[in-house]
Amino acid sequence: MRENIPDQPGSLIAPRPAPPERKLPWGRLDAFWLLLIAALLAAGALRAQGAFSYEWNWSSVWPYIIKTDPKTGQWAPNLLVQGLLTTLRLALWGMALALAIGLLMGWMRNHPRLLLRLISASYVMTVRNIPPVVFVFVFVYFIASQFMPSLALDQRLSELPASAQEVLAVLFGPAALINNFFLGLVCLSVFSGAYVTEIVRAGLQAVPPGQAEAARSLGMSEGDSLRFVVWPQALRQVLPALSGQFIQLIKDSSLVSLVSIQELTFMAQDVQVSTQRVFEVFVLTAAVYFCICFVLSQSLAYLERRHARAR
Amino acid sequence: MSQALIQIEGLNKWFGQHHVLRDIHLSVQAGQKVVICGPSGSGKSTLIRCLNQLELHQEGSIRFEGRLIEDDAAQRQQLRRQMGMVFQQFNLFGHLSVLQNCVLPQMRVLGLSQAQARERAMQLLERVRIPEQADKFPAQLSGGQQQRVAIARSLCMQPKVMLFDEPTSALDPEMIKEVLDVMTELAESGMTMLCVTHEMGFARRVADSVVFMDQGCLVEQAAPEEFFSKPRSARTRDFLAKIL
Repeated sequence: MRENIPDQPGSLIAPRPAPPERKLPWGRLDAFWLLLIAALLAAGALRAQGAFSYEWNWSSVWPYIIKTDPKTGQWAPNLLVQGLLTTLRLALWGMALALAIGLLMGWMRNHPRLLLRLISASYVMTVRNIPPVVFVFVFVYFIASQFMPSLALDQRLSELPASAQEVLAVLFGPAALINNFFLGLVCLSVFSGAYVTEIVRAGLQAVPPGQAEAARSLGMSEGDSLRFVVWPQALRQVLPALSGQFIQLIKDSSLVSLVSIQELTFMAQDVQVSTQRVFEVFVLTAAVYFCICFVLSQSLAYLERRHARAR
Repeated sequence: MSQALIQIEGLNKWFGQHHVLRDIHLSVQAGQKVVICGPSGSGKSTLIRCLNQLELHQEGSIRFEGRLIEDDAAQRQQLRRQMGMVFQQFNLFGHLSVLQNCVLPQMRVLGLSQAQARERAMQLLERVRIPEQADKFPAQLSGGQQQRVAIARSLCMQPKVMLFDEPTSALDPEMIKEVLDVMTELAESGMTMLCVTHEMGFARRVADSVVFMDQGCLVEQAAPEEFFSKPRSARTRDFLAKIL
């Protein structure tokens, strides 16, 4: 643009609008790759169909989602929905409990006192370095069996007033299964808590030491410095890693089906046995897990974006 | 001579086997401006970090207003609120806005209300000429602006002494002046200041006393005219020749 050339030497060039932004980064080559991938997938699907002939039959699966009550004739949730509710309860309380364990243990992991560091390091090392299935069995049959009976949760529950029992039933599931539910919940939280611990430790270590020094130099107490300066920044940093761990926790909740906690995976196996429709039930269950995890990951991503803006 | 505000006697400190402060004696009167200079690794930062006990010394004594500083968490906290500290890396709280950076310590340490703390914070942000940035986050500011906020944040606590640990070393040349201007103005207002810096122009202009340190020892202390025109030790002459 000729008219923008400065006529006097040394004067600044006037700003002018930026050229239009490039279109979507999408070219012919991309279209080719997409077609190729689609073709490969289609070929694979066709081959699979030829290789084993499976008669899809969904109709016998549906009744296990919602049934009609034979006595009242009304609709009632059947096994799969009951399982889903247990899974959701496990996930929700599991996240809260795993986070609580992780915050405490993560803090201990960086503590100047050797004993606290040792305790939390042994916890993390033990849980992380044994296979999850082994952990579940050992935890439930050797560790939880020591203290769960003495808690006698179901008995305590039955002594509560009816209104309280109703609320607790919504939060923790049917009263008859409360011992069972807590067993699964504690097992899942202790397992997941080890990973949260490591995430929290990394977050605390990622806050520059200068932040705590500045807080101290202003006369803030050690506790205030942690509470108002170090922790908020540590947690903000680990939010993405924590979301990943929470999604993992939802899927890991299927592990406790091994010890007869009647959550989604357990119920699905039940339904597979009674209907003989193995793949239909698998596909359905996977879709449900996907939906839960997808919704959670999207909400957490939203939270991350909001916090990112605050920085 | 009146009682010194800060009295350091026979201060020794080691990092592991490394003897970083060797038998330091130094006294600072109220209202005095002391500039500490020396090559890197000479222990000057460690010295002022010992003053507000961010580093703990192993031998010797530090007295503040005549009171011996002991190994006691409550006293340490009390001490720090009376000594402002400005760091080389600013160390503003990244998750808080400029205003909140100044408000939080006032509320937690001095027990002021939100309104009182805000008012004082705005006064001091004006004093460092940055009130319009109050609602921004530290990462949105230039280095010079961040350092001025850090100074304001310290001043909010109404300290009796200000410690500066190389406050301009992490800044672009264009921004050094705006920070030094604020510091000069603070000095003129009568604040007691201890400042580790390589800005010799600032030392000449503002300091009552210049301290030269090398290898953990306090080599020389003199008024600026004398320090710059006829340094006594060869080591000081050598250092000045390199940086002036």
